[in-house]
Amino acid sequence: MKRIGITVNGVRHEAEVEPRQLLVYLLREQLGLTGTTVGCDTSSCGACTVLLDGESVKSCTVLAVQADGYEVTTIEGLAENGKLHPVQEAFHRSHGLQCGYCTPGMVLATVSFLAEHPSPSEEEIRHALEGNLCRCTGYQKIVEAVQAAATA
Amino acid sequence: MATTETKTTYIGSPVERKEDARLLRGDTRWVDNMTLPGMLWLAVVRSPYAHAKIKKVDVSRALEAEGVVAAFSGAELADEWAGSLPCAWPVTGDCRIPMHRPLATDKARYAGDGVAVVVAESRALAKDAAELVDVDYEPLPVVTDVEEALADSAPLVHDEYDGNRAYTWTLQAGEIDTLFSEAAVTVKERYRQQRLIPNAIEPRSVLVQPTPATSEFTMWSATQVPHIARVTLSGTTGIPETKLRVIAPDVGGGFGSKLNVYAEEALCLLLARRLGLPVKWTEERSENYVATIHGRDMIQEIELAATEEGKITAVRTRLTAAMGAYMQLVSPGIPLLGAWLYAGCYDVQGYDFECVGVFTNTTPTDAYRGAGRPEATYAIERTVDALARKLGKDPVEIRRLNFISEFPATLASGLEIDSGNFHASLDKALELAGYDDLRREQAERRERGDTKQLGIGFSTYVEMCGLAPSRILGAIRYGAGGWDAATVRCLPTGTVQVLIGTSPHGQGHVTTFSQIVADQLGVPIENVEVLHGDTTVIPLGMDTYGSRSLAVGGVALYHATEKVIAKARRIVSHQLEVAEDDLEYASGRFTVKGTDRSMAVTDAALAAWTAHNLPDGLEPGLEDTYVYDPPNFSWPGGCHIAVVEIDTETGAVELDRYVAVDDVGTVINPMIVDGQVQGGIAQGVAQALYEEAVYDEEGNLVTGSMINYLVPSAVELPNFELDRTESLSPTNPMGVKGVGETGTIASTAAVMNAVVDGLAPFDVTDVDMPAKPERVWTAIQEGRR
Repeated sequence: MKRIGITVNGVRHEAEVEPRQLLVYLLREQLGLTGTTVGCDTSSCGACTVLLDGESVKSCTVLAVQADGYEVTTIEGLAENGKLHPVQEAFHRSHGLQCGYCTPGMVLATVSFLAEHPSPSEEEIRHALEGNLCRCTGYQKIVEAVQAAATA
Repeated sequence: MATTETKTTYIGSPVERKEDARLLRGDTRWVDNMTLPGMLWLAVVRSPYAHAKIKKVDVSRALEAEGVVAAFSGAELADEWAGSLPCAWPVTGDCRIPMHRPLATDKARYAGDGVAVVVAESRALAKDAAELVDVDYEPLPVVTDVEEALADSAPLVHDEYDGNRAYTWTLQAGEIDTLFSEAAVTVKERYRQQRLIPNAIEPRSVLVQPTPATSEFTMWSATQVPHIARVTLSGTTGIPETKLRVIAPDVGGGFGSKLNVYAEEALCLLLARRLGLPVKWTEERSENYVATIHGRDMIQEIELAATEEGKITAVRTRLTAAMGAYMQLVSPGIPLLGAWLYAGCYDVQGYDFECVGVFTNTTPTDAYRGAGRPEATYAIERTVDALARKLGKDPVEIRRLNFISEFPATLASGLEIDSGNFHASLDKALELAGYDDLRREQAERRERGDTKQLGIGFSTYVEMCGLAPSRILGAIRYGAGGWDAATVRCLPTGTVQVLIGTSPHGQGHVTTFSQIVADQLGVPIENVEVLHGDTTVIPLGMDTYGSRSLAVGGVALYHATEKVIAKARRIVSHQLEVAEDDLEYASGRFTVKGTDRSMAVTDAALAAWTAHNLPDGLEPGLEDTYVYDPPNFSWPGGCHIAVVEIDTETGAVELDRYVAVDDVGTVINPMIVDGQVQGGIAQGVAQALYEEAVYDEEGNLVTGSMINYLVPSAVELPNFELDRTESLSPTNPMGVKGVGETGTIASTAAVMNAVVDGLAPFDVTDVDMPAKPERVWTAIQEGRR
């Protein structure tokens, strides 16, 4: 077991983790932050995307020990004072989610992407979200949501 | 029942979803989120062999491992099952439905078949210990190909039968032999519906909490069918139905893959009963690929008889459909959900259909979005194009010539289409696509030998959904009814609580059903609360699949609300001391005709609750339930047009444009309907261009993860151009039809017709799905020779 310190959504946590423990299971099972979901075991689907020091990462491919000393933002940390983040709001308005399982990862990938590309083209959006799979929407309304968030 | 005049406020509007806010915040109730005190984790040991005798299973090393509480082989648990895992659809009197225990005992019949189980204190420890179970296998010859499985020399998947044929199901109508022998033209095609993996992004998960004091069990499951699971698992485990509560909380997509009753549900129930502690299992994706049902996997042979002009007179179809290694919940019936649709939306006189179901050493097949109807639509739409090619006609012309155009229309196959307008949807789609311009551009590219060729493909379709009239289900030997139920409960505070028997997993039932009730009762949509997916809270229900939720459950809700309004009318008439006939109803308020005296339904609800002043003999409370059994299927239809660009040097196919004009009757929420159509199209396009589950000769699933099974991302798909025509269904008072599967049913054919159309200069008439670059490139090379 290894002791790590990690700040999640602004709250500092100390945790004992197995060296093989994945960040996503630290979040879900030790810290109880079940907003982050797991959709695959090959780093393909992006459901588990979180922000690590502001950059989107797939938390099923990051070991908890690798996150030692980092700041993590999960979907639970995105709304401020009960108000949805503009990207969350845009997903709602544009019907960018159906079952909602890929949504936390999709939203956080979008937050990270828009921070670097504030006025993306449709093609740039589609490429930026290539690592986040959605089986419900066919992506069209997700793309519209990202476009709406970019202009919000 | 009195009809009510309701001023529409919400129906037809793109009301933003009530479901979204908490999903967006991560305030979710996925089964895997849950942890209970004392909870144990279950892991399944799965056969690495597609076919092998299980000679010995030794769990002793696993039992010694850290944190392990129990471990059992299939044989050790064999006597504890009250029955087989359920198959509810023995499609013929002699349909072979082999014993299907949750763990195999004698032999493993597909790679992934469960042979032992381990229960431990954590997810990781259970998984570690599962690897310590020693199983001595004797590998047996394997058959994974559906046609090879029918050969006399094929290995037997089930030794108790004399072959791998599970059933032969037939349907004939008209003078089929005469129509074919007298036909001026016939065309015969053979298509392969490749095997698909559904890929709901949430893997399955099950948690069972036993309550020893009452012998009750609560099972949370990522399922589309909590009600069906409750009834059938009672049969498998012997837990009385009254002691089993099934809850489907938030469910992350299904597409048919969670329309099933699975071994892991039964195992968690059994182990929770044995151990007296909560037991949980969550699927990993690689496990999902072998342990959750697959879709499609059939060979289709289809033949059309037609006149010289191209009027189709008869259709003959032979299907050879893979069941996989066992019969899951509705495996045998899936190909037959298309049995009536192999003449599509065309008026024919003769119909001949045969389907042979076949066991193979593969993961069982079952419902995957569209279930039988995408296959049927694919076959007839591809073959109609083949007929057009043979006659040198435009695919639009041949379709127009053959459309069913008067409704209701009795199909040659026997069922009745209640409504539709195929010419209108075709007209609208042609206009939206700019068909003449597209053909002009195609001709120019062909003329100049452009390396990027254009293909234009049509799919004019009709489908049957809204499953289903119970009498018809009975006639085709399905084991349950097709009704659904809803309860409307007007609470004294003005809130309306709605209980629905359908079980959503992304479709937005809470919003759509709130819209219906809010309009009927004239209450703000915020005041409607919709509950679902809990067999104790909502005992009556048949769950969600087959595009039935609105067309069956929504209609039940409409009727339940009408019953509530009728009772409220009695209360209001009594309180206002007027005859019921003197009351006019609109938007939740009864008004005495010609006066300004009125009373709202919500006030009647309070009066019904206090019961201080009710008519003699009237029960207190304002609540009612309606169980609706649809008199007919639901019949959406429409026209989809795909435009592809084919790089003739690489074989790469790009979906350039996609136009869809659907007729789904009355639309309650156009935003949600568009989302359903878009998602459905994406899955159908994926079958045409990207997805394929592949087994090697030894029966290993080669495409065993998302790395080598191409679930399309945002990059692979374009925006879809959608429009609608509205032929209201006369079958129900709202005029609604199903919409969940239309996109998938229509789109595969449209895309593949476009691919073949684009390859016409190379004399290519078929490409196997998915139309990967290597296949397209090879077809071009062979066509050039």
